Amino acid sequence: MPGPDVPWYLAISAFLFSTGALGVLLRRSPLIILLSLEIMLNGANLALIGFSREHGRGDGQIFALAVMAVAASEVVVGLGLIVAMARRRLDLDVDKLETLRG
Amino acid sequence: MSGAGNVVAWIVWFVAAFACIGSAIAVISFSNPFYSALALIGNLGSLAVLYLLLSAEFVAAAQVLVYAGAVMVMFLFVIAYLGGRADAPWAGGPGWQALGAIGAAAAILVEVIVVIGLKAGGRLSHEADITGAFGSPGDVGRLFLTDHLLAFEITSIVLLVAAVGGVILGTHSSRLGESASAEAPTP
Repeated sequence: MPGPDVPWYLAISAFLFSTGALGVLLRRSPLIILLSLEIMLNGANLALIGFSREHGRGDGQIFALAVMAVAASEVVVGLGLIVAMARRRLDLDVDKLETLRG
Repeated sequence: MSGAGNVVAWIVWFVAAFACIGSAIAVISFSNPFYSALALIGNLGSLAVLYLLLSAEFVAAAQVLVYAGAVMVMFLFVIAYLGGRADAPWAGGPGWQALGAIGAAAAILVEVIVVIGLKAGGRLSHEADITGAFGSPGDVGRLFLTDHLLAFEITSIVLLVAAVGGVILGTHSSRLGESASAEAPTP
């Protein structure tokens, strides 16, 4: 294979996943949390496609496409929730949404 | 593969990898979500280049069409709809929360790299030989309709349920919005 071996791609994938996790943990805005979730999903996708290339089988790519469909669904529902929050004039801050706190 | 092709592939990999890492950090550090979404588009584009280097051509094309195209347009529409309310300044939470978050993210990074190194480090430098059809639309379509037909059908149901959920959330929230504006008109 020309270029770097699969472990280099896996390192990027691990870095992307932890960057996304950092964003989810640090930020308060639900929009930025959704964007960080997309980064985490894409890090996982890169690992799937890297291993698919490593083994020479297409199954990893199939799973990556399924992850893409799940990510699109998640964005639809997440953005719907954010718009609903905005219409109820709630603050777009996940720390202030504590109605369900036990 | 010739030596020149190898060097070009390394250069493309470096550019795409650094664009990927830089834009990921940009996404989580901008306080304006509009810039974050634009940085995420750059992230998805450079990931598509990495997919191409791994000879996953169809997934790279789907990444650009579905993610960088459709999903990000939806994000940008919602951010534009929310306007100034979408701004996300860095909250001045307790310092231990930020420290704990950075520690947790670093722990995930170290764990993943150590596990990959321990379990697969020696075996990962021998990629399987592939034919030219690997990752082509025909190959992916054949796998989807033979070996992974169940995953294909489940994906369609997931998308249908998400579409129905989006419509329900939209109609509910528009009714809520009417009642909220009737009860508490904006000053």
